[in-house]
Amino acid sequence: MTGSHRTQAGGRIDRQKKINFTFNGKSYVGMEGDTLASALLANGVHLLGRSFKYHRPRGIVAAGAEEPNSMVQLGEGAVTEPNIRATQISLYEGLSASSVNVWPSVEFDVSAMNGLFAKIFTAGFYNKTFMWPRDMWIKLYEPVIRRAAGWGKAPTTSDPDIYDHMHLTVDVMVVGGGPAGLSAALAAGRSGARVLLIDEQSEFGGSLLSLNRQIDGKNAAEWISETVSELAGMEDVTLLNRSIAFGYYDQNYLCVLEQRTDHLPQAMRKGKVRQRVWHIRAIEVVLATGAHERPLVFANNDRPGIMLAGAVQTYVNRYGVLPGRKMVIFTNNDAGYETAIDAKAAGANIAAILDAREEADGELIEAAKALGIRILPGYAITGVEGGKRVKAVEVRKIQKGAKVYTSAPERIACDLVAMSGGWSPVVHLFSQSQGKLHYREEEVCFVPGTPVQKQSFAGALNGSFSLSACLEEGAKAGAEAATKTGFTAKAANALKVDEPAMGRIEPFWIVPGARPVGEGGAKHFVDLQNDTTAADIELAVREGFESVEHVKRYTLTGFGTDQGKTSNINALAILSGILDKPIPKVGTTTFRPPYTPVSYGALAGRNLGDWSDPVRITSIHDWHVASGAEFENVGQWKRPWYFPKAGEDMHAATNRECLAVRNGVGVLDASTLGKIDIRGKDAAEFLNRIYTNAFAKLGVGRVRYGLMCHEDGMVFDDGTTARLAEDRFLMTTTTGNAAVVLDWLEEYLQTEWPELQVYCTSVTEQWATVSIAGPMAGKVMAKLAPEMNLSNDDFPFLSFKEGTVAGLKARVFRISFTGELTYEINVPWAQGRALWEAVMEAGAEFDITPYGTESMHILRAEKGFIIVGQETDGTTTPQDLGMGWIVSKKKPDFIGKRSYSRMDTSRTDRKQLVGLMTDNPSEVLPEGAQLVFDKNAPRPMPMVGHVTSSYYSAALGHSIALALVKGGHSKMGETIHAPLLDKTVTARIVDPVFYDKEGEKLNG
Amino acid sequence: MLYIDCPWCGKRNETEFHYGGEAHIARPEDPSALSDEQWADFLFMRKNLKGPYAERWCHSNGCRRWFNVIRNTVSHEILAVYKMGETPPDLGPKKGEGV
Repeated sequence: MTGSHRTQAGGRIDRQKKINFTFNGKSYVGMEGDTLASALLANGVHLLGRSFKYHRPRGIVAAGAEEPNSMVQLGEGAVTEPNIRATQISLYEGLSASSVNVWPSVEFDVSAMNGLFAKIFTAGFYNKTFMWPRDMWIKLYEPVIRRAAGWGKAPTTSDPDIYDHMHLTVDVMVVGGGPAGLSAALAAGRSGARVLLIDEQSEFGGSLLSLNRQIDGKNAAEWISETVSELAGMEDVTLLNRSIAFGYYDQNYLCVLEQRTDHLPQAMRKGKVRQRVWHIRAIEVVLATGAHERPLVFANNDRPGIMLAGAVQTYVNRYGVLPGRKMVIFTNNDAGYETAIDAKAAGANIAAILDAREEADGELIEAAKALGIRILPGYAITGVEGGKRVKAVEVRKIQKGAKVYTSAPERIACDLVAMSGGWSPVVHLFSQSQGKLHYREEEVCFVPGTPVQKQSFAGALNGSFSLSACLEEGAKAGAEAATKTGFTAKAANALKVDEPAMGRIEPFWIVPGARPVGEGGAKHFVDLQNDTTAADIELAVREGFESVEHVKRYTLTGFGTDQGKTSNINALAILSGILDKPIPKVGTTTFRPPYTPVSYGALAGRNLGDWSDPVRITSIHDWHVASGAEFENVGQWKRPWYFPKAGEDMHAATNRECLAVRNGVGVLDASTLGKIDIRGKDAAEFLNRIYTNAFAKLGVGRVRYGLMCHEDGMVFDDGTTARLAEDRFLMTTTTGNAAVVLDWLEEYLQTEWPELQVYCTSVTEQWATVSIAGPMAGKVMAKLAPEMNLSNDDFPFLSFKEGTVAGLKARVFRISFTGELTYEINVPWAQGRALWEAVMEAGAEFDITPYGTESMHILRAEKGFIIVGQETDGTTTPQDLGMGWIVSKKKPDFIGKRSYSRMDTSRTDRKQLVGLMTDNPSEVLPEGAQLVFDKNAPRPMPMVGHVTSSYYSAALGHSIALALVKGGHSKMGETIHAPLLDKTVTARIVDPVFYDKEGEKLNG
Repeated sequence: MLYIDCPWCGKRNETEFHYGGEAHIARPEDPSALSDEQWADFLFMRKNLKGPYAERWCHSNGCRRWFNVIRNTVSHEILAVYKMGETPPDLGPKKGEGV
């Protein structure tokens, strides 16, 4: 049987090179140059899969990207890919593919009984069916219906292939390598401009590869090869085949997927880059994307063996395959005749040409007649026999405008129907570029309207379907684009082309039969991939969905992997008929990227694993790793979370770490804190405007804690700032917010107060910071810096000193985030590890304990210190936090001040920061838990706040929590409840400072 | 992705920049002199135009400079780029509408 459907000769396949492949486990032989689709057709295989909802048998319809049906699961194991169109898979030795959406097999599929329940699968069945009761979701909808309606299966292991991203800037980018695109690239390339020509197929030529044409007295194939070799010889021209433009974004930014190894046998792909995503910036873009043929909508038009006429012509002429031996052609334009003529020349028997037009004449019609082909003008297909393959069609004389055809039927036996409903220009990329479409009555198609970016259009995309027009428009567009980018270009003289004249097309959107559309068993499919029928569109309109966007969503027309390439125009024309509105008034749906599916692997490129995001580590990081620390991500930083000893869980480790800080001494790597050096004669004035409290009079050598707010008065960062000199400050920010704060400072300096002389420099990674905290911190410090006067009088809280610590030049700050005596030692970044080790050695006799961010959080919560982003969420003022003391009453202005007297910020029932003590001391509330005053209130219960931080405090032997509660400041001592899924936890509202309220421990 | 012509660095991809909202909204000299309505207007109200729109951008992953851009919010065409403190260029009656 192998190759039994091959023509005798011709085509762009290499008949000497046989290629073995399997489909659904069965072995076949194809030829070099085949696609999986053409090879299957050559082997007589039409039935490729089952449809989405009804599980009807489906076959190959098209020959390119527009294919709605023939999706297969390609390859096995880690490299398997679901839902790839057989028409776009180049055949390679050892290829293995299988049907999707079939169980147990494509020949016998259990879910086909869905067809019997078709009434419940009509338009909007998702919306109508998947409602209540909730149990049905668990028992029926998810496990049964969703599985039955799925397509291919995603691979379960990680993608082993390599993908690259490329960046290219060109003068002229030409999308589409058919006759229009080739001549555009040639005209632009000859001017010397940097030109990029891309085409999705394995070779350039586009429609010319499927048609018998002569250009300049030569075969089209010869013209293509001459043109491509001239382009390849140009230094500044880049040619990319097997490359599909999938997205067209602002300012001529286009993304292209290049398939480099998908056509090779697996063994030859090893170590090679599988695909590249090209990011292109083009000054001018020439779109020459061609057109897709439209199906005709008649009863049971989805049966395998019913194909687009142009696709049949492609299989015959390009792949040397006869998809059927006895064909019926059904057309509303002249193109169908050429298919018949070419197929007959290749050995097919043409049973009849049904022409929807009453009158048709012209070169091709005459030629068909001369070949003795039976022509039936004014006839249509009103029924199809055969389930897994068309066996015969029922044809009737068309009764124009009638809902039912009463004319006598005739049965014509056939094994293939080639249909042509006209051509739809591939406007997708133009639409993605934000362009609006224009409807051409005469050509019955949408074409690009006014250009919206630096772009132009050529060939079939413009509705210019003849080869001579494609060549001419292409050359003109290419030359003009090059000229606009500053090169001197001229369109070459027109080439002499031999091609048949094409007559007019007559719109024919839907074919009724002996019964009206939607009645009886027959289905008139509009969207084959989504199983949407003409009756579904009628139903949608009856149910009130009239906008084309609503109809799309209700009926699913135009969704899926093909994005309605063959169905969109038919759907909106049928809608236009039902609404009795002209097509342009109905409008089109929006075309969105990607034009065809792109794998995640390609989008990710090399940005995988460690490369997916930068990782920032401190100079002490390796010590933490060696000491067995568990890490937490804070922004891009890796911070030690806790340091478990053998056998300890997080709870045990943090209990030990916290008690060490409270009773002895602990040490923290605080290098990740954001640090900004602020310099200039107006630095003090600047900080005075940025912070809510006063900074102008801060003495040199002193440190102050400050809150930063937005103009709306809401807290957005906090930290300490030290005055290093009269004109110089060192600001610290929260770890995750450092870049944002720097941007914020720059914004005010550059946009609002350019008169201030202030310069900001990020020094986060210039200084390593080691924080020693606890009652014994002073003893450790004395050993490290014997020459430094550490007395409280000489070195008080909120001051800093420069000096030598462990032999290193250092800045030491007396600030505290734990409430304990704390020295924050800053040394140049590279010396962080040396300092850390010196601290560990000096502290050994006091059992100095390294602690991580979790203990730091507990220790600060015990003191009621906030963390921005945890106790605040962008709607929290300093007053809400009980930090009114830090908001200056004296300063005339600072950022946020005016907002504190707004009606909303002065409300007394705002959510305010309080502490919570649970009745049960070991019950730790979940962070984020909602709070209520009345635990018996009917649902929905009035929620009055939420838990922002919650921990177990080993120092207190009690759980503690911070919470934002409506009017909380006036509710001290009151009871509040957290209703959880399985229980309700009761707590008492208390002051947020749980530990050492008097601050006696600050000085050790 | 926009292609933004930074006045200091030249054309760069949008990913290098931060958006800063509508341009030419000066912080009031004396906020305390404003009524609640006037202050709310400064805080919250923006033009949100369809068409040419003056807005601020910061080349945050480049030179860190803030500058102004006139962008057509429908077509995303960038009509002009100018430095902070400069007056918007005259784009003519048609293109500059709404700036």
